[in-house]
Amino acid sequence: MVQRIFGLIVKELLALFQDKRSRFVVIGPPLIQLIIFGYAATFDVNRVAYAVYDEENSGASRDLLARFEGSRVFRCTGRIHSDQELAKVIDCKQALLVLHVGRNFSRDLFTAPPARLQAIVDGRNSNTAGILLGYVNQIVLDFNANWLPLHGIKPPPAVLQPRSWFNPNLESRWFIVPGLLATLTLVVSIMSVGLSVAREREAGTLDQLLVTPMRSWEIVLGKVVPGLVVAMGEVTLIFLAAILWFRIPFVGNLLALYVGLAFYSLATIGVGLIISSLSMTQQQALLGSFFFLSPAIVLSGFSTPIRNMPEVVQWLTLLNPLRYALVVVRRVFLEGAGFADVWTEYIPMALIALATLLGAWWVFRRRVG
Amino acid sequence: MSPRVSRFLALWRKEWIQIRRDPASIGIGVLLPAILLLVFGYGISLDAQRLPIGVVVEKPNPLTASFTGGLEQSRYFSPHPYGSIGEGEDALRRRKVDAILWLWGDFTRRGLREGNAPLSLIVNGVDANTARLLEGYFQGVWGQWLEWEAKTSGQPILTPVDVEGRIWFNPALESRHYLAPGVIVINMTLVGALLTALVIAREWERGTMEALLSTPVSVAEILWSKIGPYFVLGMGGMAACVVITVGLFGAPLVGSPWVLFLAASLFLLSSLGMGLLISTAFRSTFLASMVAVVSTFLPAFILSGFIFDIGSMPGPIRAFTYLFAARYFVSLLQTVFLAGDVWSVLLPNLAALALMAAFFLGIAWRMSRRSLE
Repeated sequence: MVQRIFGLIVKELLALFQDKRSRFVVIGPPLIQLIIFGYAATFDVNRVAYAVYDEENSGASRDLLARFEGSRVFRCTGRIHSDQELAKVIDCKQALLVLHVGRNFSRDLFTAPPARLQAIVDGRNSNTAGILLGYVNQIVLDFNANWLPLHGIKPPPAVLQPRSWFNPNLESRWFIVPGLLATLTLVVSIMSVGLSVAREREAGTLDQLLVTPMRSWEIVLGKVVPGLVVAMGEVTLIFLAAILWFRIPFVGNLLALYVGLAFYSLATIGVGLIISSLSMTQQQALLGSFFFLSPAIVLSGFSTPIRNMPEVVQWLTLLNPLRYALVVVRRVFLEGAGFADVWTEYIPMALIALATLLGAWWVFRRRVG
Repeated sequence: MSPRVSRFLALWRKEWIQIRRDPASIGIGVLLPAILLLVFGYGISLDAQRLPIGVVVEKPNPLTASFTGGLEQSRYFSPHPYGSIGEGEDALRRRKVDAILWLWGDFTRRGLREGNAPLSLIVNGVDANTARLLEGYFQGVWGQWLEWEAKTSGQPILTPVDVEGRIWFNPALESRHYLAPGVIVINMTLVGALLTALVIAREWERGTMEALLSTPVSVAEILWSKIGPYFVLGMGGMAACVVITVGLFGAPLVGSPWVLFLAASLFLLSSLGMGLLISTAFRSTFLASMVAVVSTFLPAFILSGFIFDIGSMPGPIRAFTYLFAARYFVSLLQTVFLAGDVWSVLLPNLAALALMAAFFLGIAWRMSRRSLE
């Protein structure tokens, strides 16, 4: 029996890698997505175009504005000279930010502080706008802290310098790329396993399998193990790319990562098999995978935090294996977590795996057997 | 009625029947957009609120109580007290809290005035975006409290320069207001490219496309009759999306509806053209749908400025984004919805979309014509 299943596994792997299309599914999209996501998916703000509207043009205002020129976050695109121009520059997206220094800036600064620096931000992308204002505040705080002692005034009370653990420069690539490890594995295992039964059904080889002495659970196992092999291969590939190409630090326990992702892959393979056994054609299987993948990726915490979602949607994410895998991957990569820290994430993934695999076996028996 | 017109009408009818009877068309055309709009509309939010923050107070006094009280008032934080910094750090490690505020030093009026902050903020930086927002919110609370404290103790602190932030178009910085228009792009891409690619590639696969091409109907007529029903379907989906975006998600529509209509039509045409092109080039449902997903759906997501700011991407990737229609459409939508009819933004984007539509439809037409010979 072991030999029989082993034979089936070898056959399945051969089928997967000899067929041009499925080879493409396993290798093409993940690579493209890794490159595009790795480079393009960033919440970091840099080289932001800003314009200066300096009505006073005094030594003090120039001192302040020079601090923005020195920052790598900002890139000056020019000066404007009237309120009409200000509206135009923002409306037309020539600048995301206008720094406006009023006519009485120096007078206020020396005789009646605080002097005002007006920061006008384009709010069409609210996330960028919020982060930009944070940077402006930070630069002005630094300016203030320097200005006071220079003019013989006691330094400001208690300037707070936040520290951040695990990702000291707050690079969003460190957040996104490890997340891709889990997300792309999901895409690959759903796509390759999800199409396998439907493909055999279309090709007619499923009937051949069914007339062999194999039991239905053996056939299902013959689909699960190759899927696991492929998923783990994919994990290793992306893992190496993340560390060697994107230079993401890895400080945790490698085994804890692999064990977690193995549970996770089993869960996703179960989902893929259910979709596959329910579909009559490859096209339907593809659509089914798509229906599952889009919400699964959005509602996982991959790009936006789960905590920001409405409560009902948050409950829904509890059923999503990707949610747990993302926690495991990120904690192991960046926080240096080991088994003791992430085993609580293993349990829901194992439960989902058990449920989906049993479900797949049940669906397979009913729809196919 | 001239034979040309009645022929065309007959083709239209055929396409409609085909759409109605195909579960895949209904699925992608109606069901998927509805699911995605709800999932995205409710699921994607960058507005952090009630962030759990651990508070460790080493020497409690009225002043520390006043500050932590201020923190509790803020809608951005939900503070949890911890007895010692060890416990706090442990909670941070176990992800119970996103940050710890540690009031460790001489947190008294005199201590505050010495200059060195008698407090630290330690943030879990793994989610860099949330961490940065949290730091910003915290600086805001801290600054306000300091000012208020100084005023009540009768020794106003001297702030040389104060920043007055003015956020145009979206003063409350609600991320849903800019994300919801973006969802329209995703949906239109699905209907435009994925659906046509899938359906027409199947016709090539089954040979019904060749059968049509061998009739006296011209290639252009066939293409228009294919595009027509999907155009209507797509614009219907668009209208539904706009209603949901404005009605359910509360985004404003500042610009004029007809500009929106024009932009949507041009985008849909370019997207349909892309779908036709892909299906004609690959002629297999499987390959066509994979190519459609990789070349239209994913870019609509990542390279369009829908979530991620294009200006902050590396140079080569930024240049790459100009190749995708979604980029122009997102820019149009965000401007029309939030800023109004700003022609200097709208015109170049509309022109780019028109150009892309003409280009893709033209190539699709040429390719189908050649395959006939």
